[in-house]
Amino acid sequence: MRHFLDIGRLDREALTHILDTAKSFTSVDGQAVKKVPLLRGKTIVNLFFEPSTRTRTTFELAAKRLSADVLNISIATSATVKGESLLDTLFSLEAMNTDIFIVRHPESGAADFIAKHVAPHVSIINAGDGRHAHPTQALLDVFTIREHHPDFSKLRVAIVGDILHSRVARSQIEALNILGTREIRVIAPRTLLPANIEQLGVQVFQNCWQGLRDVDVIIMLRLQKERMQGALIPSEHEYFQLYGLTPERLALASPDAVVMHPGPINRGVEISSEVADGPQSVILQQVKYGIAVRMAILSLAISTGEPGDSHET
Amino acid sequence: MTDLDAPQLIDKLGQDLGAFMRERGIAEPLLVGIRTGGVWVAEQIQSMLEIKDELGVLDITFYRDDFSRAGIQPTVKPSHLPLDVTDRHIILIDDVLYTGRTVRAALNEIFDYGRPASVSLAILVERNGRELPVQADVVGTRLSLEARQQVQLSGPQPIVLEIVD
Repeated sequence: MRHFLDIGRLDREALTHILDTAKSFTSVDGQAVKKVPLLRGKTIVNLFFEPSTRTRTTFELAAKRLSADVLNISIATSATVKGESLLDTLFSLEAMNTDIFIVRHPESGAADFIAKHVAPHVSIINAGDGRHAHPTQALLDVFTIREHHPDFSKLRVAIVGDILHSRVARSQIEALNILGTREIRVIAPRTLLPANIEQLGVQVFQNCWQGLRDVDVIIMLRLQKERMQGALIPSEHEYFQLYGLTPERLALASPDAVVMHPGPINRGVEISSEVADGPQSVILQQVKYGIAVRMAILSLAISTGEPGDSHET
Repeated sequence: MTDLDAPQLIDKLGQDLGAFMRERGIAEPLLVGIRTGGVWVAEQIQSMLEIKDELGVLDITFYRDDFSRAGIQPTVKPSHLPLDVTDRHIILIDDVLYTGRTVRAALNEIFDYGRPASVSLAILVERNGRELPVQADVVGTRLSLEARQQVQLSGPQPIVLEIVD
């Protein structure tokens, strides 16, 4: 695995291997020295063309816990504002003998474009491109689900909210399908659903009361106000009345259902504080597992060998 | 292909380790097995010596020196050291000692968990071919083998040891 661009290129075996590798990295968190020497001497560049807190910091921590050196570059503050083209910026970074670029970009397909143009020694990890994909977020979501409900063939998962603008939802649906999830539901007003959403293998509900019944996992999405043009919803207040996750609505789900959210959460818009801070919320576990999952992705991108071709004692 | 008597070797290793600990005055050791074979051996030694503290388990994949060549094994699992290792006497247990690289990696990992009082090495089968200055404190047996030969352990119930050409 040289580049990691979207979930759809993985099969179940490869996806499970990433999750198993991530599981093994969870023990690093319990060490007095929270570091393993795996990527010592490697240089990883966080290349962010769009603001991010969680994704950027957890990638940075993941790289540091693998003993790699990390460069953080926010493009709004770098040479591209002086007129340097994207590719010239990339070529300069390559010339510094870097090993991995972690790319976040507002345009769909940006990570693929960069992957096609980089030198052979550089790996590209997609940390979110436009509305297209956010594969590491989807991986940490299925990792979190698996920690609570290991058998996907028995699971009903509901994804609620702004599916239209969500690269996270698209990657989640792909990952859940690859893992053989029993039922994937999306719950949203028509205005926040992409056309032909049914073709992704999901059931569509426009009503929370029906959609949340008996589900084992509820994934709430952030209302992406910054990407909205025109009035797709009447008001935040009305959106909360119709789609916000409240204790009453959570009670429709299975009693051991978990509540997830990729963050940042809008309290009182898509989720009530009682639910976000409640016993069924695993939102902060998602952040924590994000580090282990990103450690797995980074180390698998660097290791060129096939698993199992070494033997020593 | 030659079979070795694994139960007898484990029994000898356990007895010799008990004597070694008495000689060193180690009353409450923390046993740590190296995944996978070392854990199977360590589990048996743990019950032979009636050690109460939970067994520690190390997976040294992330401390290997051939990682970028060898890749990550699909069988990699979390390490688990149940207790604080600081100021404890650790008995590190593995099935085979060959190049010494695994032990080097295991020592590095242990020190990332804390500063033990001492680390001793107990090995079921010690063979020739060391590439690092590492030696066992207690062994089940010592073998002199050709480079092409390998000692293979399968288990855990029963543990079977064989020499494969």
